[in-house]
Order: sequence, then structure tokens, then C-alpha cells
Amino acid sequence: MNPRRKKRLATTLAILIGLGVAVGFVLFSMTQNIDLFYTPSEIVNGKNETGVKPQVGQRLRIGGMVVPGSVERDEQSLQVSFGLIDTGPVVTIVYEGILPDLFREGQGIVANGVLRDATTIEAFEVLAKHDEEYMPPDVAEAVGKVHPNGVGGDKQNQGSGY
Amino acid sequence: MFKWLHPYAKSENLYRLSGKFLFWFGWLGTIGAIIGTIWGLAFTPADYQQGDSFRIIYLHVPTAMMSMSGYLGMAIAAFIGTVWQQRHADMTVIALAPVGAVYTFLALFTGAVWGKPTWGTYWVWDARLTSELILLFLYLGVIALYYAYEDKRSGARAAAILAMVGVINVPIIHYSVVWWNSLHQGATVTVFEKPKMDSSMLWPLLINIVAFGLILGALTLMRLRNDLLMKEGHRPWVKKVLEEGR
Repeated sequence: MNPRRKKRLATTLAILIGLGVAVGFVLFSMTQNIDLFYTPSEIVNGKNETGVKPQVGQRLRIGGMVVPGSVERDEQSLQVSFGLIDTGPVVTIVYEGILPDLFREGQGIVANGVLRDATTIEAFEVLAKHDEEYMPPDVAEAVGKVHPNGVGGDKQNQGSGY
Repeated sequence: MFKWLHPYAKSENLYRLSGKFLFWFGWLGTIGAIIGTIWGLAFTPADYQQGDSFRIIYLHVPTAMMSMSGYLGMAIAAFIGTVWQQRHADMTVIALAPVGAVYTFLALFTGAVWGKPTWGTYWVWDARLTSELILLFLYLGVIALYYAYEDKRSGARAAAILAMVGVINVPIIHYSVVWWNSLHQGATVTVFEKPKMDSSMLWPLLINIVAFGLILGALTLMRLRNDLLMKEGHRPWVKKVLEEGR
């Protein structure tokens, strides 16, 4: 390589590496607080690293699993409440609106809302999370992955009758 | 070390070689995409949780993966163009950018269509979704910078710098689902791990990933060849090529 090319190579690499390191540091410091994300046990006990508890009235995001048997729907309106859990205590989510199709007991969900009291969150958005595993219903049944009130069973078998 | 590459620095040789690649990329890509898409959409079993709406994975994952691979390829071309001042590398950058931008748009669009029935929303400001949106802006920025200069060489230099700097976004997109609490699920198909998908659903996805990559390559080569003919229209080899009709 001639000296000019060598110089260009060195300059370009230096800029790219410098930028990469800088962005890396920024991202590393952001991993902890890129959003106001809490798990149910963090709402009660405080964040794992810092012990910071959310304040009543604070806007936050919460993610966890819907406690089986805890979903209560209001007969007259779209009001629904359910318990959310990860590994520790349960918090209650209150929501008024249409839930996504994948919402069901035992499902992982993410909710955006406001903390009403120590263990109650009034959500204005409930989103269902799903994992990266895909399989046909019969395989799911074989490995014991069927949800109690899921879309499995009849509805799906019609769709897969090829 | 790279002496064997030197003949291809001549436009005519590059044009002819890329013609051969274009033929295979184009045909294999088209046939693969037709097989993979029909197989995936019509002949795979429905998912146990999502039913039929999971099928959009057969378009979403290939376009998303190739939008990132395409960016990586564009950044490598920009690097070669900057360090070795190889003008064909610069031409490759601008040939690839619009194709990659379309792939990124398709990935975002199919993702939104998939998100509505499963998550319950078209869009969330989630780490994965936001970083993919930034990828679209980077592609558009590269295109805009290239055409912002009267002198195409200055344009190519500026566009190449943005292309290289933006490459930092590619690993961020890839690891966004690992680093942050995201609504988006993790990767189903990775190079080193067993795919987290039943084998009856996996094959059409793998076929489509390869096919969409080949189509990305074919479209880029078409644009590159067109650019070569336009830029060197006054040269005798172009006249010869046009007379041969291929």
C-alpha cells in the first residue's frame, strides 16, 4: 500500500473505532434506564440495582405475566382488571379498552400506565408479548405448551387443514 | 495480494462479470422467493399461539435480515471506496442504497402489520423498532448526501462517510432485543443456535432469507450496470455491448 492509502486507512479506522467506543459507552449507560420499565416485584421492592421505587402518579411501563384466574371483566363496560407477576409479589392492573388477541392468562404482557397506589397501575395501553418460538398446535400439545384458554384447539385446526 | 482483482477494475470487465452474477442471482432469487413465499403462506401449519397471523414472518424476517446485511455490504463498499479510492466501489454504494431502503421499509411495514394482531399496536417506541427506523433514515441520508453535491466524487465521499459511520447501528439493531426490555421477541433463526421454530415451518423461512438476499444482490447489480453504461456512454466498450445486445 502506498503512504497516502495507508494514511487514509489509518484515519478512517481511527474515526470508526473512536465512534464505536463512544456509542458503546452511551449505550452501556443507557441499558439501565432507556425506559421506565419495571417488573411487578420492582414496583413493590424497588429497582434491583438502585432500590428506587416508583412514586404514586408516576408514568411507567410494566412487564410481567398475567396471573391465571385473576382476570375480572366488568359486565357493563370494557373495564378489566388482572394481576401481574414475575417472580415475587403480584400487582394489579386496571385497564379500560380492547385487549390484544394474544392476551390471556399466563401470557407475558407489557403495559403503559400510571401508578395509582403502591400495587395498582391504571394502564392506558396493554400489549401482548410473544416469544420467538413457533410451532404447530399438535407439536405444542406434545411438548405441553398449550394455554388453558388459548386459540389452540378447534379454531386453529380449521386453519391448518392443508 | 489482490492483484487478481485488478482486471475487474476496468468497467467493461466489471460489466460483463456482473452480468453473469446477475443472471444467477436474479433467477435463483425469483424462483426461491416464489417457492418460499407460497410454501410459507399456504402450506405450513398455523402457529399454536398466533394462528395464521404468524405467517407474515416469511416476509418480515427475510426483509429485515437483508436490510441489515445490505447496509453492512454498503458500508464495506464505502470503506473500499474511501481508502482505495475505487470509483466502482462508490458506484456500488449508491446502487445498493435505494434497494436497501426499500427492504428496510418493507421490514417496518410487515412488522407493523404483524404487530397489530399480536401485540395490539402497529408501532411502539421499542428499541428494536426505533433502531430499524434509524436504519431507514441512514439509507435515505446516504442517498440524499450523494445527490446533494454537484460533483459526484464529492457526493460519493460524503455518502461513504455517512454509510461507514452508520454501520454502528447494525449491531445495535441486532442486539437491541438482548440489551433492553423490548416488546419485540428475540431472534428465531441465528447462525450458531438451533432455530426456535418447528422444522415444518423452518424450511420456507430459510429459503426466503436466501432468496431475498439474492434478489437484493440482483437489483443492486442491475443498478450498478445501468450506472456503468450511463457514466461511460462515450466509451467504445459501451457501443460494443449495445451492439451485441446484452
